[in-house]
Amino acid sequence: MQGYLSLWDEYGARIMESFWTNLQLTFWAFIACAILGTILAIMRISPIPSLRAFGTAYVNIFRNTPLTIIMTFGVLVLFGVFQLQLSSDFNFNFFQIAIIGLTIYHAAFFCEAIRSGVNTVPLGQAEAARAIGLGFLPAARLVILPQAFRGAIVPMGNVLIALIKNTTVALAGSVAEISGLMKTMIEYRADLGVLIFLTVALMFVVIVVPIGMLVTWLSKKLAVAR
Amino acid sequence: MRKNRFGAIAAMAAVAALTLTACGGSDNAGDGEGDKVRIGIKFDQPGLGFQDGSTYTGFDVDVAKYVANELGYTEDKIEFVSAPSANRETLLETNQVDMIFATYTINDKRKERVGFAGPYFIAGQDLLVRADDSSITGKDSLDGKKLCSVTGSTSAENVKKDVPGVSLVEQQGYADCLGLLETGSIDAITTDDIILAGLAATSANKGKFKVVGKPFSEEPYGVGLNKTNDKCEKINTAIKKMIDSGEWQKALDKNTEGTGYKPSALNPPTKFEACS
Repeated sequence: MQGYLSLWDEYGARIMESFWTNLQLTFWAFIACAILGTILAIMRISPIPSLRAFGTAYVNIFRNTPLTIIMTFGVLVLFGVFQLQLSSDFNFNFFQIAIIGLTIYHAAFFCEAIRSGVNTVPLGQAEAARAIGLGFLPAARLVILPQAFRGAIVPMGNVLIALIKNTTVALAGSVAEISGLMKTMIEYRADLGVLIFLTVALMFVVIVVPIGMLVTWLSKKLAVAR
Repeated sequence: MRKNRFGAIAAMAAVAALTLTACGGSDNAGDGEGDKVRIGIKFDQPGLGFQDGSTYTGFDVDVAKYVANELGYTEDKIEFVSAPSANRETLLETNQVDMIFATYTINDKRKERVGFAGPYFIAGQDLLVRADDSSITGKDSLDGKKLCSVTGSTSAENVKKDVPGVSLVEQQGYADCLGLLETGSIDAITTDDIILAGLAATSANKGKFKVVGKPFSEEPYGVGLNKTNDKCEKINTAIKKMIDSGEWQKALDKNTEGTGYKPSALNPPTKFEACS
């Protein structure tokens, strides 16, 4: 116990700082992937074949590419070969590249979440929107998507939860986040061993469980009564 | 309904029993003491411990083979096991390996969980740069330079502490760092000198990189053992014999050939761990 407390003395500030980095990554990547994912979903339900094909191709490519590979690509190719500098701050550059990687990957899942929501909207809704003279985009914006979002709360929540946990993959992108610090702590505090791992795992549980409960509650509250 | 629930519990118990026995399986090999010896090494560290098809090469491997031979295990009685840094203590505590030769630095925190014999080598943190780069001569010339090291390693922590404001890329393995160094995205890789020499000595990298040769830390590589071992004294004697016979130097030369690498003056080690 004494040994465990001394871990917090030694690394407490850095643990919080790194975990905060994970939450920041989650925040920005979720906003970005929601925007990109919605655009992709609109493409996939649009009447234009080339847009549909693009949306389908994007989802199939990035949903099937391991996130670690996307992250490693960011560092070894974008930074390594093309010397990409999004920011003059050396470390912030990797933070931004990591957000791009997380966004590209999770947008595919977000798109599919929205599409599953679209499937809950009865066909008659789209037909009625057409009947009152709405084109594709106004119909999507005013009729289909509002109902689709409300029907897709649970899958969107799942994307968010997956995203929170996947921020640890930013480790491969040289971001100082919690799983990298976990490795450092295991290296330096061999005496504590598995306790370090459990501490980090517990931090994620503390964040993810309330989000799961919130999502369940929202999905009930916002469900479209038909 | 009640019956179903009982059935579910029984099924869960069966699954748990299966998984537990599955874990236990690997322990059985340890019961046949004296027959085979299981040695933990790195599988991915060229020049130290490296798996090349079904053979293993590197300085750690050569020392391990010599020591095992002295303990009475011929080469065909050795079973090499992968021992990544984060798993080394656990592997020893749970008896999944008998000894570990895997760039294992002796320190007090680790001694709380495992025993050490040796050291068989004293490494030091150093820098690897492109062969045509003469701007980096040691730790003091790192201002404004970009470095690469492995996430969570002692070297990464040291350099963050010693060179404030350093630009450090942290990667999963040193091979990734090498790629960045080659394209010029970073200026140096930092970790233990012998690891760097091993990287530079691989046939794909020959002549491209050089070790700066000004180590700024002391990392005594020990032989990891479990707490209840009785081999510590014998291993120390074997290492001494290896050094005195010249085999140690031969192994070192063979694994760092062509890099101009010279181990620090602290080598070969003369002071060994007191075995309890």
